[in-house]
Amino acid sequence: MGTFALLGAACGGARAPAAPTPLRVFAAASLAQPFAALAEAAPDDARPRLSFAGSAQLALQLQQGAQACVFASADAVTMHKVVAAGLAVGEPAVFARNRLAIAVPAGNPKGVRGLADLARRDLVVLLGAPDVPAGRYARQALQRAGVAVIASSDEPSVRAIVGKVQAGEADAGIVYRTDCAVAGVTGVPLDPAHDVVAECLVVALTSAADPARALAFVERLRGDVGRRILARHGFELP
Amino acid sequence: MNAAAPTRWFAGVLAAAAVLLFALPLLGLLLRAPWADLPTLLADPAVHRAMGLSLLSSLAALALAVAFGMPLALWLASGDSRLRTVARLVALLPLVLPPIVAGIALLLAFGRNGVLGGWIATVTGGALPYTTAATVLAAAYMGMPFFVLSAEAGLRAFDRRQLAVAATLGAGPWRRFWTVTVPLTLPALRTGALLCWARALGEYCATQMFAGNIDGVTRTMPLACGLAMEGEPATAIALGLVLATTSLGVLFLLRRGLLGEAR
Repeated sequence: MGTFALLGAACGGARAPAAPTPLRVFAAASLAQPFAALAEAAPDDARPRLSFAGSAQLALQLQQGAQACVFASADAVTMHKVVAAGLAVGEPAVFARNRLAIAVPAGNPKGVRGLADLARRDLVVLLGAPDVPAGRYARQALQRAGVAVIASSDEPSVRAIVGKVQAGEADAGIVYRTDCAVAGVTGVPLDPAHDVVAECLVVALTSAADPARALAFVERLRGDVGRRILARHGFELP
Repeated sequence: MNAAAPTRWFAGVLAAAAVLLFALPLLGLLLRAPWADLPTLLADPAVHRAMGLSLLSSLAALALAVAFGMPLALWLASGDSRLRTVARLVALLPLVLPPIVAGIALLLAFGRNGVLGGWIATVTGGALPYTTAATVLAAAYMGMPFFVLSAEAGLRAFDRRQLAVAATLGAGPWRRFWTVTVPLTLPALRTGALLCWARALGEYCATQMFAGNIDGVTRTMPLACGLAMEGEPATAIALGLVLATTSLGVLFLLRRGLLGEAR
């Protein structure tokens, strides 16, 4: 039911024709910080209107007819859903890579050292839902490590996970390494043998009111300005 | 009359548009429903777990709402004072409070680091968030105001002299409550209970925030429905149909009560 509320919010709003239609960018929650920085650095007329949510939620909104110019996903599976639905212009491009980390409250009060600890019964563990990229990556990593988490809460996005860990209401959550650079959260890296490389992809959308500006945004993101900002926020570059 | 006709016609169009606004989403659900696969989709053990949990937590929430809400309604209906007005405002707040705010507020009050978190941990030996108890609390928080509102209205409308008569016949307060108050306000109590239960059953946002989304522990039907919408929309629609049918059933049971009490 919350999903439908989101759908309404995403589709709503016919704008007054005076200003040029804002460039509407749908981006995965894990990309919130670099995208906000990129928007800030953009000239006034090219400043995009950003909409952040779990990639799966955004893909669903696009499939249900939400209007956007650019889609940036935190994984290839979700991106391919949007491509398969015929909503993308050209091939999506990998513009950044990320790795996983276990987010724990600052100072790591429960002494979480790695994935194996997440099987402990005394921990409240949060994962992304199975269709949320971070959830899919987390399950891959847990499988590689041979760890079975007893009961974990499926959260709609990495932001939701980080928020609950930050508030101290959850003991651990698997997120991206870049998500752990906030106050109140400590990131515990994964054993490299279990870690997963998360690929962030971007594509211009057929529903873009102004395709040239949509492509220009993608170029900026993949160009020097975008790369500098992504690197500053801890992303690896292709 | 000539002047009234266009006005009436215009009002009729607006009214029809209003009905359409509510009918079309229902129609969408019915048209997109995977009817042929419905038995298979609903036979999924995960769906059964969500149904069982929803039934359990909504009924537990209703029990809490009646057990605590009835005394509250009796007190609210027993007179007029500034204290009552304030208490009523606070108790009815969840009716209009955005559910996400309710979820955050519940977390801040009953979470581990919440106002009562330490006390709860001492008494129960654990934290409330991410437990079935949190699901019940969230559902009761959102549902109870419906019961209190309806119960107070019923109690205020009923003729108190009958209690006095019962007292002169020697009935004690407990007996007067069960043999006079409850039977005479039953329609209002029933309406309140049904609305409370329906709201508890449909609770989503505060539950996700306060209780999380754990299979078999806190994943009620609305949460399972929202989760399925991202990967298996057919399951989401199937669950949506069950919830919508239940809601319609509640309204059917209420069809007289909703307008009846005021008359």
